[in-house]
Amino acid sequence: MSNEKAITTPPRKNALVLFIHKLGSPAYFYTFAGRFIPWFWAIFLVLTAIGMYQAFFVVPADYQQGQSFRIMYLHVPAAWMSMLGYIVMAVFGFIALVWRIRIVEILAISCAPVGAAFTAATLIAGSLWGRPTWGTYWVWDARLTSELVLLFLYLGVIGLYNAIDEPRKAARAACLLALVGAVNLPIIHYSVKWWNTLHQGSSISLLGGSSIDSSMLWPLLIMSIAVKFYFGANLLTRARVRLLEQDLRKGWVRDIVREGR
Amino acid sequence: MDHTPFIAGAYGIGTVILLWTALSPLLRKKKITKDIRRLIEIEERSGDANT
Repeated sequence: MSNEKAITTPPRKNALVLFIHKLGSPAYFYTFAGRFIPWFWAIFLVLTAIGMYQAFFVVPADYQQGQSFRIMYLHVPAAWMSMLGYIVMAVFGFIALVWRIRIVEILAISCAPVGAAFTAATLIAGSLWGRPTWGTYWVWDARLTSELVLLFLYLGVIGLYNAIDEPRKAARAACLLALVGAVNLPIIHYSVKWWNTLHQGSSISLLGGSSIDSSMLWPLLIMSIAVKFYFGANLLTRARVRLLEQDLRKGWVRDIVREGR
Repeated sequence: MDHTPFIAGAYGIGTVILLWTALSPLLRKKKITKDIRRLIEIEERSGDANT
């Protein structure tokens, strides 16, 4: 009797599992992601306006570096985001390789151009900060070189994806490269400890506090939160566009185009 | 040493990079949407011709 009941009663599904399954549907993901993008851009713009106002008009000049330290409010949030972006890409890459979820493959690949942009911004801003501070635009020290390797890894992921015609095969190859490249992240983080570098050590740590004055620290934290929203908005926008591109001939895409969404 | 060119250069280049990264998927979406619209039009026209 109890066996009969077990066969006839459908298995109960967790609400979260059901939601994750729903997110795997391209049409649902497209609409769901579209709701967040304007909010993410709005939060990014508001936080950037507050952060930049404080960075340029409230924070005093540094007693050693003078005005040039204001580059920190672009360089440091971009550098943190370049590494976090790679972590997000590697995690998506791992999920995509293990569970073969197409949306996650698309999300992993969409991380690469945004991460590459932040890495390029980090290197250029850092170089322009280095000239008045160190007397040179570039040195081949461990921190700068490992960050440059990060840029090459992002470009490698983009290049590998574009080199293979079949999108799902391309995504899997690119995800594998993203996972292998994750070995560079601890090298970037610990480079200033493991090697004697011209680049300064960490001024802020999660456990050890900060050696930066709080008046200078707050705009930095605001800007670092702002770039997370930029990354989120850009990632979701790119994922939606890639979905449209891949599902060009499917009914849900045509419905969306007809409705002008 | 005047630091203004370095600060302006860093923020200027940074803004261009981030602005382009934000705008490029929107331009791509516009192009894809246009292509899909054209595809729908062609299919609808060929459907009308068959009926």
